[in-house]
Amino acid sequence: MWDYTEKVKEHFYNPRNTGPLEGANATGDVGSISCGDALRLMLKVDPVTEIIQDAHFQTFGCGSAIASSSALTEMVKGKTLDEAKQISNQDIADFLDGLPPEKMHCSVMGREALHAAIANYRGEEWSDDHEEGALVCKCFAVDSQMIEDTIRANKLSTVEEVTNYTKAGGGCSTCHEPIEEILTKVMAERGETFVPAGAKKAKPAVAEAAPAKLGTLARIRKIEEVIAAVRPTLLADRGDIELVDIEGKNILVNLTGACSGCQMEAATLAGIQTKMIEALGEFVRVVPAAKAQAHACASHAHGG
Amino acid sequence: MSTPTPIYLDNNATTACDPKVVEAMLPYFTEQFGNASSMHSFGNKVGVALKAARTKVQKLLGAEFDSEIVFTSCGTESDSTAILSALKAQPERKEIITTVVEHPAVLSLCEQLEKEGYTIHRLKVDNKGRLNLDDYAKVLSDKVAVVSVMWANNETGTYFPVVEMAEMANAAGVLFHTDAVQAVGKIDINLAATKIDMLSVSGHKLHAPKGIGVLYVRRAVRFRPLLRGGHQERGRRAGTENAPSIIGLGVAAELAMEAMEHERTHVKALRDKLEAGILAVVPHAFVTGNPDNRLPNTANIAFEYIEGEAILMLLNKQGIAASSGSACTSGSLEPSHVMRAMGIPYTAAHGTVRFSLSRYTTEEEIERVIAAVPPIVAQLRKLSPYWGENGPVADPEKAFDPAYA
Repeated sequence: MWDYTEKVKEHFYNPRNTGPLEGANATGDVGSISCGDALRLMLKVDPVTEIIQDAHFQTFGCGSAIASSSALTEMVKGKTLDEAKQISNQDIADFLDGLPPEKMHCSVMGREALHAAIANYRGEEWSDDHEEGALVCKCFAVDSQMIEDTIRANKLSTVEEVTNYTKAGGGCSTCHEPIEEILTKVMAERGETFVPAGAKKAKPAVAEAAPAKLGTLARIRKIEEVIAAVRPTLLADRGDIELVDIEGKNILVNLTGACSGCQMEAATLAGIQTKMIEALGEFVRVVPAAKAQAHACASHAHGG
Repeated sequence: MSTPTPIYLDNNATTACDPKVVEAMLPYFTEQFGNASSMHSFGNKVGVALKAARTKVQKLLGAEFDSEIVFTSCGTESDSTAILSALKAQPERKEIITTVVEHPAVLSLCEQLEKEGYTIHRLKVDNKGRLNLDDYAKVLSDKVAVVSVMWANNETGTYFPVVEMAEMANAAGVLFHTDAVQAVGKIDINLAATKIDMLSVSGHKLHAPKGIGVLYVRRAVRFRPLLRGGHQERGRRAGTENAPSIIGLGVAAELAMEAMEHERTHVKALRDKLEAGILAVVPHAFVTGNPDNRLPNTANIAFEYIEGEAILMLLNKQGIAASSGSACTSGSLEPSHVMRAMGIPYTAAHGTVRFSLSRYTTEEEIERVIAAVPPIVAQLRKLSPYWGENGPVADPEKAFDPAYA
């Protein structure tokens, strides 16, 4: 049996706002191909104020899909469409006091239904921007599709790199075998052969290839430049980023607004990290400051 | 509100250890703790008890010799041992025949072997979960190291014609293994009269404890152990014998033989009553697998347009334990491979619920389940976008056609 919170169970046993909604003027129908669940979200939006007056749902899905749908309808009521759009899947999960990693896609489905309904109201075409695969890393809830896409986009070739970019495999490490399999497959597509970390090969170390090492001040400036360069993109997505601190190889940042808690947060950070590595000519990690506490503890344990 | 008395209808997952089994085991944790291999009286008594247990398992399986019984740690170990032994003993043979609806204990191993260069022939099933023996005959050849086909499917209870298939394999000079963990203890088995070379048993499916299994290996079948080490099990499975569990399994085997008639008549009647009772009241529900040829204890019902985990959670609230083929209960995000292999549509495969009975199931329990299921199904259908006022919405696939991600 899944380890559901009391709140999830409560929303499953007593779902709010179920069934068709009289006078609904926005509908979002979405499904998750990975688990077969599907959800219809219906909203009654005030045409003048764009305030969501009522919200109902119908769900074909498991306990947490029903609970996530119920939570979503409660969360959006009374909000304007723009406010509602800020709700992330993490917000839905938080509202329910958390979901098991295997079930995070239920909250993603909720967010997508909301976006689809808003697009429907505004007469826009909504298309889904991500695919889901089977869950690979249980510690950080990373699925195979995310790992595959990240390996492809960044030409990754080791499990360690996959962990740095997606966090997958960075916890209990029991998913390294499936990660190696994905690496083997994707690397074969680009005509390369995956070499396991055990089999040593000459490392094309970025740090060595880089010219003279940067001084402390120059390094900080470079880091600030990269942050400044990525901000416009994030702002366009109603998000933002700020530099919090630099601890050796760890660059601590705060993602805010729509970026915070977004499914793509890991991918966003991974992208920024790639730019940092290029600019600095050394390997660094871009880490959310909120999670830096854990990282700090880990590095102390290593005597670092 | 008082908690209702629990009703356990998930016996294909695991069974309760019979109290008589537990009682027989207890002394072997304390005063009879000796190692059967030791040269003193502590060990000797254990050795005698192990021999008696082996004879009981031999009888349950209808094996010709007690030396054909190899105790292992579980059904999965038995499956792995059988298949890997066949490959090692015949290194020139690089093919395996199995089915698409096997247990992961066989399927995952075959997937791995495929990566290592073996060819796997996976026999397909029809919409009732039946094999086509012509397909089977076509792939049987002297390149095949082993055929591994389950006796009865764990999800639907559907039997495969393993006795006939073993004859065909034998005629073609191919080893035949069957994963019989769901069948052993529920139906009569007389291995001596068949051409089955190897057979897997799991103790906890027949009221013995978890952590004990059996691999039957017919005399003179070429065998290579999975675990090498001491001389236990005549060198075919090294490692100190799990004496209490082996002795428990012996008792469980004896009890299963005594209950076989009850299983065939009473348990089957209860299962049929459960199915009929539910299907009479719940529309858009059907039995999966082959109702005419299956285990007496298993009922697998698909409830269309709703999802299995949600059904299980609501059943659980009333103290009723069952299982589902839905994606969300597996952690794998895929609906049951058995349901998909039979071509059951997504909207029904997700809503499959398996009720598996045992000799402890009572008529009163079945009546309570018959009463509990219809309101649960109705409650969830009310939430379903595929369901209208009094039935599925017209043309459900079109009326609700979500954008899938």
